Amino acid sequence: MADIYHELVKTDIRHITVRHEQGAVHAADGYTRASGRVGVCLVTSGPGATNTVSGIASAYMDSIPIIVLTGQVPTELIGNDAFQEVDIVGITRPCTKHNYLVKKVEDLAGTLKEAFYVARSGRPGPVLVDLPKDVIRASASYRPIKNVQLRSYNPTYEPNFRQLPRAVRLIKEASRPMILTGGGVILSKASEELRAMARKIQTPVAATLMGLGAFPASDPLCLGMIGMHGTYRANMSSSECDLLIAVGVRFDDRVTGKVETFAPKARIVHIDIDPTSIRKNIPVSVPIVGDCKMTLQKLNALLDAEKFGDLRGERKAWLDQIGEWKATKPLKYIQKDVIKPQYVVEKLCEITEGEAIITTEVGQNQMWTAQYYRFDRPNCLITSGGLGCMGFGFPAAIGAQVACPDRLVVDIAGDGSIQMNIQEMATAMQYRLPVKIVVLNNCCLGMVRQWQQLFYDRCYAHTEMEAAPDFVKLAGAYGAVGLRASTPEEVEPVLRKGLSHPGLVIMDFVVEKEECVYPTVPAGAPITEMLLV
Amino acid sequence: MENDKGKRHILSLLVDNQPGVLSRVAGFFSGRGFNIDSLCVSETTDPLVSRITLVAMGDMGVLEQIKKQLNKLINVIKVMDFTDMEYVERETALVKMRAKPEHRAEILRMADIFRSRVVDVGSEFYTVEITGDKGKVNAFLRLVKHMGVKEIARTGVVALAREKK
Repeated sequence: MADIYHELVKTDIRHITVRHEQGAVHAADGYTRASGRVGVCLVTSGPGATNTVSGIASAYMDSIPIIVLTGQVPTELIGNDAFQEVDIVGITRPCTKHNYLVKKVEDLAGTLKEAFYVARSGRPGPVLVDLPKDVIRASASYRPIKNVQLRSYNPTYEPNFRQLPRAVRLIKEASRPMILTGGGVILSKASEELRAMARKIQTPVAATLMGLGAFPASDPLCLGMIGMHGTYRANMSSSECDLLIAVGVRFDDRVTGKVETFAPKARIVHIDIDPTSIRKNIPVSVPIVGDCKMTLQKLNALLDAEKFGDLRGERKAWLDQIGEWKATKPLKYIQKDVIKPQYVVEKLCEITEGEAIITTEVGQNQMWTAQYYRFDRPNCLITSGGLGCMGFGFPAAIGAQVACPDRLVVDIAGDGSIQMNIQEMATAMQYRLPVKIVVLNNCCLGMVRQWQQLFYDRCYAHTEMEAAPDFVKLAGAYGAVGLRASTPEEVEPVLRKGLSHPGLVIMDFVVEKEECVYPTVPAGAPITEMLLV
Repeated sequence: MENDKGKRHILSLLVDNQPGVLSRVAGFFSGRGFNIDSLCVSETTDPLVSRITLVAMGDMGVLEQIKKQLNKLINVIKVMDFTDMEYVERETALVKMRAKPEHRAEILRMADIFRSRVVDVGSEFYTVEITGDKGKVNAFLRLVKHMGVKEIARTGVVALAREKK
């Protein structure tokens, strides 16, 4: 890669040297989600390349367009088990949208152009380009390439015109409709159209983890998150609704619970750009392959032309029912004299007025964030949804902070997962990236411990993490600021102090150890069978 | 949907003729736990395009998903399922069998009946080349089994859609 670096310093491309390649990919991912521009990471061959795999798989599951450029041994050595050689194209074939091995310098420019095109278009995803040393070293004259055309790849953006009226008819016939939004709405920037539709047809909106923020959490029609740790009202609504309009979702098992019992009374309209998402897990009445934004625009136009009666009146019974679910079974936790992690997230939301870019690690911290931080806008929650990749949040926060230097970026972490990429503290310090880390410290791998508590007779086999570092001292060792809160009264002052500091901060919250994420749906159960507080 | 479980599907894929494309297609099957019964790859009239003919079992739901997923692969240009179409399918097998003196006439007769040919003759073994659909090849193998089959090599099915009459 030295040849690339030799040229890179002559350009105005912003380069961040991270401490671990996994951090590089997550940072590129975070950058992409925060900015909407494609993040790129550049790693060396062999172990450099293999270290990117978790990050690539995470971006793939969440459909995030990033480019990963890997070094490779010279073409004549490929296949010889050369030093730091690995078949990264072979390794990443199932977890990239597409990948390339460039064999001639003449193909380099075209391949890179194509890589960006493939990554961004259709259902987005990560693309890897493997660059043998001799190809990098060689020179060729650059001829700009205007348009990329691939005869084997033509994503469908425009929805089928026959399906839209069918969807409108179902909407008109429905008395208990519900919308489910996923990451696709955020990726296609369709939040506005979604809001318009929900208000037009007076229909409550639930979100998957990836779809949080697509519809404002503060809106009275918002049901919150659905699924294994979804709100009572979202899960009950999905079970009682007679029409489910699913936009940009793929009906992951964490969303549906037991598939056979998901939305048993509903006819389903499923809008997604990826035809393989439709009817993969859930049978649907009206499949619509297309870009979410374009489809919702057209659907809204058709709905505008329709005559609806007094929708508010017609929906009253349904919305009252949902209101009752919300009132009787709200998200809740019991405050004691130890810090409750939910309280920390609630306070953080209050102090930041819901305006921060939040990244999360994976596990309880992620679910409490999804439940207790109010996401009113898209692109504010950056989390490894599909892969559930611990160690994601902090490097992703670094990427988001690079993309949005003027925004407050907070990584909500657990003491387990923050240690998986803690080395990126040095990166944040070196580039003066003022990321704020909130550690919900329960001295264990909380989500697994929760399962052990609920389903394995409290046998906490190997989930305790007694020898965790002192995060305050650790922050100090990196030259950052470390703060700790051990009682509920200390939470707000620590948050206020930490968030107002202009540099990198770790805030260590010593929280209740045996706190569980509720609601919890046991694995494989219908999502209406929730364990509650 | 229940009664078409395990139905045999012949898929014909037009793909970019590039290294790694076969691995993408085969890897897709193995990665999702689908089994490929047979697979055959060759160049088409366009040297930039290869045809992959593969046979897989599954109900309509599974096959629908397989076809969509294959279409999603960047290097796959077109996916055709011949199952509910008029098509011709052929497979060639080379069958090396023991040629005991008392069986030699029968081998030649069988070869004749099946419109196949003996393509190699040794002192103890004959090799027969037989072409036909899967059923014909299987029938031949069943009938000659008792004479002792040493080895067989089968090409896997190739198929093309029939033109309108």
